[in-house]
Amino acid sequence: MSKQEFAALKTESLPGPHDITRTELGNGIVLLVRPNHKSLSVAISGFLQAGSLYDPEPKLGLADFTATTLMRGTANRTFGEIYNELESMGASLGVSPGAHTAGFGGKSLADDLPHLLALLADVLIHPIFPKSDVEKVRSQLLTGLELRAQDTGEMASMGFDQIAYAGHPYRHPSDGYLETIQAIKQKDLVDFHARHYGPREMVIVITGAVKPETVLTLVEESLGNWSNPDQPDVFQVPEAAPLGETTRAHHPIEEKSQADIVLGVVGPRRKWEGFYPALLGNSILGQFGMMGRIGDSVRVQAGLAYYAYSSLSSSIGPGPWTIAAGVAPENLEKAIDLIKTEIKKFIAEPVTPQELADVQSNYIGRLPLSLESNSGVASALLTMERHQLGLDYLQGYEKMIRDVTPDSILEASRKYLDPDRLAISTAGPPL
Amino acid sequence: MTLLEPIPSIRLKNGLEIKLKEIHTAPLISSWVWYRVGSRDEIPGITGISHWVEHMQFKGTEKYPAEVREKNIARAGGTWNAFTYLDWTTYFETMPADKIDQALEIEADRMVNSIYDPEEVESERTVIMSERQGRENSPSFWLNEAIHKAAFQIHSYSHMILGDMVDLGTIQREDLYQHYKTYYAPSNAVISIAGDFETESMLKRLKTLYKDLPEGADPPRVNRPEPTQRGEHRLTVEGPGDTVMVDVAYHAPPASHEDFFPLLILDSILSGPQGLNMFGGGGISNKTSRLYAKLVEEDEVAVSISGGIPATIDPYLYSINMIVHPASTPEAALQSLDGEIQRLQDSPPNKEELARAVRQNRALFAYGGESITNQAFWMGFSEMFASYDWVTGYLGNLKAVTPGDVQRIAQKYLLPKNRIVGIYLPHNKGNNHS
Repeated sequence: MSKQEFAALKTESLPGPHDITRTELGNGIVLLVRPNHKSLSVAISGFLQAGSLYDPEPKLGLADFTATTLMRGTANRTFGEIYNELESMGASLGVSPGAHTAGFGGKSLADDLPHLLALLADVLIHPIFPKSDVEKVRSQLLTGLELRAQDTGEMASMGFDQIAYAGHPYRHPSDGYLETIQAIKQKDLVDFHARHYGPREMVIVITGAVKPETVLTLVEESLGNWSNPDQPDVFQVPEAAPLGETTRAHHPIEEKSQADIVLGVVGPRRKWEGFYPALLGNSILGQFGMMGRIGDSVRVQAGLAYYAYSSLSSSIGPGPWTIAAGVAPENLEKAIDLIKTEIKKFIAEPVTPQELADVQSNYIGRLPLSLESNSGVASALLTMERHQLGLDYLQGYEKMIRDVTPDSILEASRKYLDPDRLAISTAGPPL
Repeated sequence: MTLLEPIPSIRLKNGLEIKLKEIHTAPLISSWVWYRVGSRDEIPGITGISHWVEHMQFKGTEKYPAEVREKNIARAGGTWNAFTYLDWTTYFETMPADKIDQALEIEADRMVNSIYDPEEVESERTVIMSERQGRENSPSFWLNEAIHKAAFQIHSYSHMILGDMVDLGTIQREDLYQHYKTYYAPSNAVISIAGDFETESMLKRLKTLYKDLPEGADPPRVNRPEPTQRGEHRLTVEGPGDTVMVDVAYHAPPASHEDFFPLLILDSILSGPQGLNMFGGGGISNKTSRLYAKLVEEDEVAVSISGGIPATIDPYLYSINMIVHPASTPEAALQSLDGEIQRLQDSPPNKEELARAVRQNRALFAYGGESITNQAFWMGFSEMFASYDWVTGYLGNLKAVTPGDVQRIAQKYLLPKNRIVGIYLPHNKGNNHS
């Protein structure tokens, strides 16, 4: 086989227009199906427009509370009946909220897909939020917030959002605060569901041992008649202004052995034209190999931390571009200085051609592993639909990665990473 | 290919065991090297040394300096990592099939050629301490450590795999190198590889890489069986926060014992199916398990419960973990737990409960079998405490469990005198302001 034929075969084996079936239902739901008959199981993944950005300020955490309570009972099934069906099949199903959307996901043996879809439709369309169940969920959420308050990583991350996104909708945690969760009433959940859960802009992806036409019939039967004329327009996320100067805050938590650092900036949107240079640049900065340049400096050379890495979380809106590390409290300043030094170096000169070649090779080479499982394929398809990347996105992926240059990385990094205007959040023992 | 099919096993003259399974569903290969060494092989003074050795194994050899290895794997789009456990330490790479040779070479090389540079030992000392400090930030770590100390007063399962902080401060380069040279040898290792390859050519390549490595002497073992516990231990750990936790640990049989499978079924009935998949597969919720239904739903004494019995060489622990409801108490949670255990001791579960536990485990097995990494994991993992027959017989052994077996197991193991009750009591109020 020639090199060109082999490359064509590789491209063909990636999910793409030849094996993804995309259908828009009459009520607005977009369905994507990709069969995989080497598998015994099936994975469902999707989202609807009911994320925490729709939370009213005094009731932060409402979207989270609503999603968590959906499966506590419907007009057709009690909580016990829902889970009896699921767990007897050895299947799983869950709804979990993010900032923009409420996501849902499930898994079952392929034969059980009709049951799983029927359950999914029931909990999305007909939840009743029984009052006693709402109180049970409230206790669980409050306990979760108490545990969060003891988690240095989570508190440092929350502190980062409050500094970097001051005045922006992204500043709030999607699970709210103790007092806002206490303020939410059962009627709030009913109202939130009635207003925000609906088929408009909803996406559902199904992958595994299934036939597209069978799946389409099943989804039409279970979700095709759903309508909700009250659904508002999709939330439009505003830009977030960069900080005027480096701003720092420490969140003290008594009796902790380690302090966590989250520092960084507001980064680009996923659809920004410089996204791929930023993505590969981030890998060189704090991911490739043993956590990139940051890992080499903070962990390998200085031995200061078990983990020190960077993340680029581009989303519909301007997601954060951060560096996180966990260090002994006495090494906090040293670690922050080392990280700042790496950022300064990163925007001073282009990355080397070898560094770029390494991450390009990594991003291209790891595709088969990320697409091995049904849930991995479902996740890729969901990202493609969320950001309107096109069904042939994976076929063009290698070229997009190869087109990145050291100069384009420098340009993207300089646009966002400013060592003099960082949000620096730490949490751990009192300083 | 499912997890249930038998696979050939090859043993080289130097004692190296090789397990291979062709799976041609994706252009991937997952390769694992397993060593029969873990925290079980450590005594006070060198606790945590197996885990530290695992870290040092990423530092490089003359042929493959650390950064060269890291980059070779990453460039290929592969993923690699290592884990140290009670009974074993393992290293794996999952790679695009045409790039697996790099991984095979790296593993053969570092089985015998790692350098243990003194400066790198010192920089890794603080990294390891930082790893432990990160875990110490979680209240459940302290509770777990205290329970192990109480449960194992003789056996070496008593300390955390990360080791005691005092030992992390005093272990020296020579200790680490000695530990490496003692336990890292072909005769103390198992290789398990699954994925898109031809068995014959893979075997040929492995023989080339490994056949000339010296066999290695039989490594010493810490052999200090834990005597029968004579009465319940209760302990409390105090710390920050607002959340009360209760962990109850029962002394339990090892993976190779005939009571292990009935105990897995018992655990599925009480706290929900756990499965033993390390990669992929996902989980099944536990809302219909007896403890969730009683403690979380009916009595509202807990907001979550979980349970688990790890597969080990020596008798270890069956643990039940509860987060206590903010309006309840640890005593009330324990009382509800004891009521459910009593119920199981008084009357056997019905057949439908058993059938459901088996169905759930079968589904978890099917999900786990879809990941090549997970397939290779099971092939080597089972060799660490039994053999691959343990995997192929897994579902059959679960199906063979009778309601009477589960009742008998509850009567035999779930006794107050056989358990350690650990309670985490917050002495402080947390910070959670908007």
